[in-house]
Amino acid sequence: MKFLPLLFANLTRRKVRTTLTLGSFAVALFLFCLLVTIRAAFNSGIDAAGADRMLVINKVSLIQPLPIAYREKLQRVPGVQDLTYANWFGGVYQDEKNFFAQFAIDADTYRTVYSEFIVPPDQWQAFLADKQGAVIGKATADRYGFKIGDRVPLKGGGFPGDWEFNVRGIYTARRPSDDLTQFWFRWDYLKEKAPPWFANQVGWYTVRIAPGSDAVKVAKSIDELFANSAWETRTQTESAFMASFAEQMGNVEFLMIAIGSVVFFTLLLVTGNTMATSVRERTGELAILKTVGFTDASVLALVMIESVLLAAIGGALGIAAGKGFTLLGDPTKGMLVAFYLPASGVAAGAALSLAVGVIAGLLPALTAMRLQVVDALRRL
Amino acid sequence: MALPLIYNFESVRVRWASTVVAVLGIAGSVGVFVAMLALARGFQAALVSSGSEHNAMVRRAGATSEMDSAITLEQLRAIEDSTEVMRGADGPLVSPEVVVVAALPLAKTGTDAMVQLRGVSLKALAVHDKVKIVNGRFFTPGLFELTVGKNAKNAYRGVAVGDEVKLGGTVWKVVGSFDAGGSAFDSEIWLDANLLNATYQRPTGIHQSVAARLAGDDAVGALERRFATDPRMKVRVERETDYYKRASQQMTTFITVLGSLVALVMALGAVFAALNTMYSAVAERSREIATIRALGFGEGAVVLSFVIEALLVALAGGIVGCLAALPLNGLVTQTLNFQTFSHLSFAFRVTPEVVGWGIAFALFMGLVGGLPPAVRAARVPVVVALRDL
Repeated sequence: MKFLPLLFANLTRRKVRTTLTLGSFAVALFLFCLLVTIRAAFNSGIDAAGADRMLVINKVSLIQPLPIAYREKLQRVPGVQDLTYANWFGGVYQDEKNFFAQFAIDADTYRTVYSEFIVPPDQWQAFLADKQGAVIGKATADRYGFKIGDRVPLKGGGFPGDWEFNVRGIYTARRPSDDLTQFWFRWDYLKEKAPPWFANQVGWYTVRIAPGSDAVKVAKSIDELFANSAWETRTQTESAFMASFAEQMGNVEFLMIAIGSVVFFTLLLVTGNTMATSVRERTGELAILKTVGFTDASVLALVMIESVLLAAIGGALGIAAGKGFTLLGDPTKGMLVAFYLPASGVAAGAALSLAVGVIAGLLPALTAMRLQVVDALRRL
Repeated sequence: MALPLIYNFESVRVRWASTVVAVLGIAGSVGVFVAMLALARGFQAALVSSGSEHNAMVRRAGATSEMDSAITLEQLRAIEDSTEVMRGADGPLVSPEVVVVAALPLAKTGTDAMVQLRGVSLKALAVHDKVKIVNGRFFTPGLFELTVGKNAKNAYRGVAVGDEVKLGGTVWKVVGSFDAGGSAFDSEIWLDANLLNATYQRPTGIHQSVAARLAGDDAVGALERRFATDPRMKVRVERETDYYKRASQQMTTFITVLGSLVALVMALGAVFAALNTMYSAVAERSREIATIRALGFGEGAVVLSFVIEALLVALAGGIVGCLAALPLNGLVTQTLNFQTFSHLSFAFRVTPEVVGWGIAFALFMGLVGGLPPAVRAARVPVVVALRDL
């Protein structure tokens, strides 16, 4: 502890250099947080997927519908506890650039299956009472300034015409990975207003399996039930469904790791170089320290602590900035459904910056330790 | 009078260790920047090149993409009869098309991805004249045969020429593959529109979009005006290139925003590295600088010399970064196009323009990182610095 003033003096001896090194650390860790956040955003669907939920879609593809008559048949499949259904609406709010997902949901069952979404009870009652009602995720509501009672016009894509909805509720969710961008309205309203060809179609069913039942077996019995019908199904767990989506987005994982390694390698070079220069400059001082009785080990410790201290301060600054940035919200305007920094990312960032501090300080510290007093003092 | 350039080269060489750090820092951010730009350009190019300047695309008014559009037979006849549409040997050059998205396993992972099946007629090849059969032949109308785009052939399992594929409960035979010049069509599978409708229980006689070869350059406007006054034609007429440009917009913006953000943060880090390098260069050389000043070189000459040195380092970084990103050129990658809900293959495009931006970005970093140390160098008081000798 008594060496603290010495450490401090060393760090402030070249203020510009210390600031810049701290800055490099902060920037690198900020970037790390950003990458972790992007990765989390791409995988949010998988992270948020309910372990006991399965999606039943048309075997051809998600775009093809399923008949509403499957509802009763699905309910009788052993292992199916709850089920709900929804349709993709694909309407446009004012301009095609304003994208958010709109689902026509079965108001009676949707929240039993998707229990992570929170809607205040009075708002939910208002939604149930209004056929043209809509419940909007908080992120989308904030983005477009939708308030309860507002009328929201949507131009139909797959369902032609002008549609109008009354905002009756704003939903939030329990976990940061949950999607707060959706726009829900009532499936019975879609059915009422849709053109005749629509004829009781639903986009997909979501079933919740009973505790203790085997997901694979339930999926198999569902698909066998509808095999060889005009609308064959494909049933998979929600996380498998989301994973196949993420898979199609491309190899984001690899991209993140590639960028991250380049950045940390550079950071290692920058810090190592700074520490080496500062030890070189202080050759005389270090020799004097040794002359007055500092052991090799304490000189080593002094340089190492300085390097790790730089890493810790810089890293903390970067992580704090990263956290602050993610709190500002999604910079792509709604294309990422969740934008948050996971706690595991913070921990990994802290560990990484300390590791860089240790590795970067090691070589200069060893040089300082091996310094021969006689040689060094001769150079003074 | 300016200092000779050789002085800068020498000083960069002497301080090679910290120079390497600065060069790598700049190279890293330029590399990421160039890669992101190349990705966005490649995506855009794949979609835009799908369209032709000479074609119009007709969809239902209000449809956001081909997926949710519908064109009736009556409307199709009206398009065919329009004088703005070019006529070929077999009548008007009009290609009515149907699109169905089906799931096929990816070659790489085995998981299902969404592929676009485009139901067309023989006229499709005449209207989309960039599409060339490279292997086998085009499908025969009325037979359960498929023609596969070159990227689709590589991206999915079991769709090579000669393979049999089960789609919608029917077995189809792959009889040929086509090259559409890297456009979105290359990610598609083409087949007989009528059979596609029958297989997927779609209403017969309803198409999703109609591509028409235009008789003249201003024919799009004329066609639009003709249909605007026709109550049967609730359609939207667009030049094909415009449609595809819009279809790529969302994704291009997405890649550009995220990519620029990452590159910008990296650039900040690189500027710090450059500043550090140049500041220590100045600190270590205060006697040298004082000597130069004592010889009669002015402050301006010293500033210029240090800025040139920083730019040299940045240029080296820029070149290394661009070279590192260059092998990406032509690399085919895939992503999901949200506007059509299907999987699309496209190639990175490291164009000279992209490289130019990369180099400019590097030089900018060099300037920002080199100017403050250069000013400090020029301000070194000659007498004080020389006394240190």
